[in-house]
Amino acid sequence: MANHLPRKFAEIVGKDNVLTNEADRHAYAYDAAVLPPELPSLVVRPETTEALGQVVATCNEYGVPLTIRGSGTNLSGGTIPAPEGVVVLTGALDRILEINEADLYAEVEPGVITANFAREIASRGLFYPPDPGSQDVSTLGGNVAENAGGLRGLKYGVTKDYVLGLHFYDAAGELVKTGARTVKCVSGLNLSGLLVGSEGTLGVISRIILKLVPPPKASQAIMAVFDDLMKASETVAAIIAAKIVPATLEYMDNFTIRAVEDFAHAGLPTDAKALLLIEVDGHPAQVAEEAAAVATICKRIGAVNLQVAADAGERDTLWQARRTALSALARLRPTTVLEDATVPRSKIPAMIGALERIAATYRLSIGTLATPATAISIPPILTDKRDQEEWKRVDAAIAEIFDVALELGGTLSGEHGIGLAKARYLDKEIGRPSILYSKRLKAALDPKGILNPGKITGE
Amino acid sequence: MKSDLRHLMDLLRQIDDQLVTCMRCGTCQSVCPIYKETGLEAHVARGKIALLEFLADELIKDPKGVNERLNMCLLCGSCEASCPSGVKVLDIFLKARAFMTGYFGLSPVKRIVFRGLLKHNRLFDAVVSVAAKFQGIFTKPVNDMIGSSCARVFPGLIGGRHFIPLAAKPFHATTPARDTPRGASGRKVAFYYGCVVDKMFPHIAETILGVLDAHDIAVYMPHGQACCGIPALSSGDRATFESLVTSNMALFGDADCDALVTPCASCTSTIKKLWPRLATDLPEAMQAKIRDLAEKTMDISEYLVNEVGIAQPPFPQPEDGAVVVTYHDPCHLKKTLGIAAEPRALIAANPHYRLVEMDGADSCCGSGGSFTLQHYDLSKRIGRRKRDNIIATGARLVATSCPACMLQISDMLSQAGDRVALCHPVEIYAETLTGHLRPTAKTEAKEVA
Repeated sequence: MANHLPRKFAEIVGKDNVLTNEADRHAYAYDAAVLPPELPSLVVRPETTEALGQVVATCNEYGVPLTIRGSGTNLSGGTIPAPEGVVVLTGALDRILEINEADLYAEVEPGVITANFAREIASRGLFYPPDPGSQDVSTLGGNVAENAGGLRGLKYGVTKDYVLGLHFYDAAGELVKTGARTVKCVSGLNLSGLLVGSEGTLGVISRIILKLVPPPKASQAIMAVFDDLMKASETVAAIIAAKIVPATLEYMDNFTIRAVEDFAHAGLPTDAKALLLIEVDGHPAQVAEEAAAVATICKRIGAVNLQVAADAGERDTLWQARRTALSALARLRPTTVLEDATVPRSKIPAMIGALERIAATYRLSIGTLATPATAISIPPILTDKRDQEEWKRVDAAIAEIFDVALELGGTLSGEHGIGLAKARYLDKEIGRPSILYSKRLKAALDPKGILNPGKITGE
Repeated sequence: MKSDLRHLMDLLRQIDDQLVTCMRCGTCQSVCPIYKETGLEAHVARGKIALLEFLADELIKDPKGVNERLNMCLLCGSCEASCPSGVKVLDIFLKARAFMTGYFGLSPVKRIVFRGLLKHNRLFDAVVSVAAKFQGIFTKPVNDMIGSSCARVFPGLIGGRHFIPLAAKPFHATTPARDTPRGASGRKVAFYYGCVVDKMFPHIAETILGVLDAHDIAVYMPHGQACCGIPALSSGDRATFESLVTSNMALFGDADCDALVTPCASCTSTIKKLWPRLATDLPEAMQAKIRDLAEKTMDISEYLVNEVGIAQPPFPQPEDGAVVVTYHDPCHLKKTLGIAAEPRALIAANPHYRLVEMDGADSCCGSGGSFTLQHYDLSKRIGRRKRDNIIATGARLVATSCPACMLQISDMLSQAGDRVALCHPVEIYAETLTGHLRPTAKTEAKEVA
């Protein structure tokens, strides 16, 4: 890297916002994915979006790869820099620019923390539904770049369903504007659609216009316990068949139930084969009707135990089990690999069966937390990354999980992104022509290949 | 030097089992008071743990940068309390600081303070008593409500800080040691008052003795109590830490008591959590006794509320309105020990007061023991948020269960010119027993008029 680059960046963002120290740089060599670290050559922290654009232009001028980083919670290595690359932090770009209660939209900078934004919106009596698991730390810019999902996905959609418009810098640092502050907008190409989920490979987001909705007036949580996996699956199918769209619908297997009970002593039945957590929301009358219908379905199909939350406190207790599930599993072994292979809703039972078989074949501990409503199954593989022999089995198991997911008509990633971790499997899902098309698009928009290279389509 | 570096890396590899439990989810970013100010990954637990791991794996060759970032930490335990994977962050940081101190050595000032003063009780007391006599010459009182001073002649030395002056005489010099037999209640506690209460807030210790007397609880309170060791431990000086633990165990190890109580959140959490976890070079027999003592160590409010049961107030709510008080949760009490309801119960027991919760009652005040000495600007930025939240409640009084937090909060309030007083929750409770009540807003207004 050219020696004068730190000075160049310092002229744009100020000396204090250019990190050159070895220790500081090492703190941006990783994200939440279980992948080897890659040391960036520099870390730059612009405090204005104009400076962000100039940073991009400078990287392009010198042909230096750049990786945008919000909070670094990515689970697929999307924020691990390219060798000798520059990491650009969005943490200082954390202003909520406008909340328009009359027209139901908000404009934000990319570094705003998701949960802070959702809280601010809630305090105005409005609702921003996407709730990725990392929402307390993740940034909205990261959510858009990864098209983050969340537990409310089935009923309320994912991040892409809330992006009305974007400002972003192209590889040369030119500001591109797309979309509008209106729900309907067909002016120009749908570049927002192109950027959402592009993992920082096609442009650098500097402003986001997000749609807001009114919040549901009531909600009801129900926990159903089953002594048979198939009955739990049938219940999910029956709820959907009854034209009920729950806000959330979560599945936990026996291994996970036992881990949660050991850890949190929440009073879960440790002999249960499966557990469903269902929440319906909306107008109070509709909630009452749907909750009653869900309870009837659960009983008819054979839930051995049914708990309907009587108040907010009980609702919290029910959800506590789900919220602590990942922690409870993570504590069992040093390393937790989180995959998010996703299959069509009807194939969830087959996927869960396959996961049990794969765990046995490769002698691994795999818990199953599924969101059958959105068809995502998250099998946390519990391992120790220092054990090379076991790590090989983990690798093989992951490849097989992907194969099964694709055979069942599913996808490699429901919400964590492809990043570095899954780039080598992408061919299996979308095929060679799709990858070539993506690469040609990337080459045309980013001729020097500076925008987060190596992610999604590989090198 | 090179072989020393190898040794440092070997030591770090010994805690590899703890380091590897961090799954890099980044949840600690949402609770870390330092990260909230600087936004730098190397300042949050995930970043520091990664740096220690890279150093152990020899990806980082220079431990100096890692050490500097490791010290950017209040040891408040917010990260550990919210960690989904249960990473023992404080264990990791305290051990790593000890390894770093072994490699870099203790700074000359700390060497004098820890090895020279803290370890030698009588010398420490002698220096403090001389300082107490002369401090009036060098400082001038600035806020009579808080009782703080600022430097008269050496602003550079004390850095514009508004500090609570040393008591004219420390608690232990005015109050005889005690070992009373159990009375009708059959209860007996050991009372460990802690350095800051002894030397700066002796009235808190006096108040506690009064409360224990009122409840007919026998007290074992020896003189010669040594520092709990947290300042030495947080500077990586495990030798001094273990020496201090040993001195204290000689006094308290075989004490006949149901509980060891303290008015200091940091002392309580150090004795309860860190003595058993980190004084691991001491003989096994002593470690067993440490575990027993840790088991029965309690914050004073926890003891009074959960073990004794608090007394019913003998008087009604004042007609001219209660005194508004807000409570600051010390990190070492709430996040480390889960004690938050008990001090509030002590306050609620006195109808003369009305508790108004501040925003972020459990967010760190920015003191962090010696952190505030090394990184005063950052500490002040964190402290000002606390001050703003206190002022927003309209309270005339802040109660908190940690004398170190009191020092920091009084500095922040005094610098802003706020007329808000500080107290320990036990002082509010004591008023219900003695009937000596603080004047309410209206009576005070009358007096002024």
